[in-house]
Amino acid sequence: MIEVENLTKQFGTKTAVDNLSFKVSPGEVLGFLGPNGAGKSTTMRMVTGFIPPTSGDARLCGISIVDNPTEAKKKVGYLPESAPLYNDMTVVGFLRFCADIRGLSGTAKKDAVDRAIDTCFLGSVATQAIDTLSKGYRHRTCLAQSLLHDPEILILDEPTDGLDPNQKYEIRQLIKRLGQTKTVLFSTHILEEVEAACSRAVIVDRGVIVADGTPSQLLAQSGTGSLYDLFRKLTTRDTAA
Amino acid sequence: MKSIWTIFKREFVSYFTHPIAYAVIVVFLFLSLILTFTLGSFLEARDASLTYSFFLYLPLVLMVLVPAVGMKLWTDEQRNGTIELLGTFPISTRSVIFGKFFAAAAVWLIALALTFPIWITVNWLGDPDNLTILSGYIGAFLVSCTFLAITLLVSAFTRDQVICLVISAALCIVLVLGTFEPFVQSYSKALWDWLVAAITAIGVWDHYLSLARGLFRLQDFVWFGTIIVACLFGTSAVLSAKRS
Repeated sequence: MIEVENLTKQFGTKTAVDNLSFKVSPGEVLGFLGPNGAGKSTTMRMVTGFIPPTSGDARLCGISIVDNPTEAKKKVGYLPESAPLYNDMTVVGFLRFCADIRGLSGTAKKDAVDRAIDTCFLGSVATQAIDTLSKGYRHRTCLAQSLLHDPEILILDEPTDGLDPNQKYEIRQLIKRLGQTKTVLFSTHILEEVEAACSRAVIVDRGVIVADGTPSQLLAQSGTGSLYDLFRKLTTRDTAA
Repeated sequence: MKSIWTIFKREFVSYFTHPIAYAVIVVFLFLSLILTFTLGSFLEARDASLTYSFFLYLPLVLMVLVPAVGMKLWTDEQRNGTIELLGTFPISTRSVIFGKFFAAAAVWLIALALTFPIWITVNWLGDPDNLTILSGYIGAFLVSCTFLAITLLVSAFTRDQVICLVISAALCIVLVLGTFEPFVQSYSKALWDWLVAAITAIGVWDHYLSLARGLFRLQDFVWFGTIIVACLFGTSAVLSAKRS
């Protein structure tokens, strides 16, 4: 369960996220849509505790990320936008390191690493150095890191960005499968992903929610039966400034 | 505590999977021994002590090489974005800072330990006071830790390793050369006595040399400890300021 309440982030005089509130329940996959610069990544960084909000709060499984960050962070698996990794480590070495940090040890750690490698199809590159991996494998290694501790909440920032169509398909299937038991929040600007993987979607523009509903509700709202038209209608183009 | 150990292990192994630790250690051994046999006149002095032959010139080598070991500590995290992983793991920034600091310090512990042939040599040729030598090594290690803490603080400011190396080496050079005997002699004539005394108290040399002579003075440990602790807390403050 993710509860975001009046979350606001200001960078100097610029308001990146403006009084945002929404909720994601277990078993729900929420697609977080919006143009580049709408505040998607900033929101996710606040919810995961990487940057502090200017005001407002986010509760993860009921635990406030502002008041009790260490406990709240234990509930979350997070895939940052650029899928950052330690290039000098091997895939399995990196996953073991993350498992150590998550407090796993002994057979629990071994099982968690094996499971994450299986889930993300990393078996063939497990002992390879990370700086020799292709982009798809890098992305999946970072995704595997977020699944290690079997978190109740998954927050994925553009998980399919830069992947080829086969890899996109695999990741969407994975998100859908994980979404049956977990609370999933993922951001994207690829509209087909909403119908392919989400049970609900919100569209944000300049830090404010401009649409919220199931894929079919959003399609109805568009009037033309196309999410693309709805997106164009509701969001600001950066050429229009 | 456990997370400090996890970070320590990762950083320490990373030093030895890169060429960086090997390169720095080899260059350090080479330069420190060259200085011992040239400026330090190790053989001509016919003295079975390492204070004025070996230890005296170590800060000149450390002021450049120590920042080379510390420069990647936060710059790499910021450049690769892995700082975002660390920031969302359920561990405190402080334990990451300590883990990184201890890992780099361990590299210097190894580098200093590898100068052991010179210790064997003086014991073989003469009868030195080994406790004084141990005290000298403690001093050299504390100087390394102090320079590392300064480098760690500088690396929190930037994502560029070269900038971090240049700035932190410059700071260490000022701390060392500012109180290096030939320099002090030239500026002490022009300045007031109290100012010269103040500069001497701030620089590395006075505190390091008392240890190299085998003298355990409280003020020296306070000096090293204060700089290290201040830099580590400063690093934590800079990192959290950058995130908000």
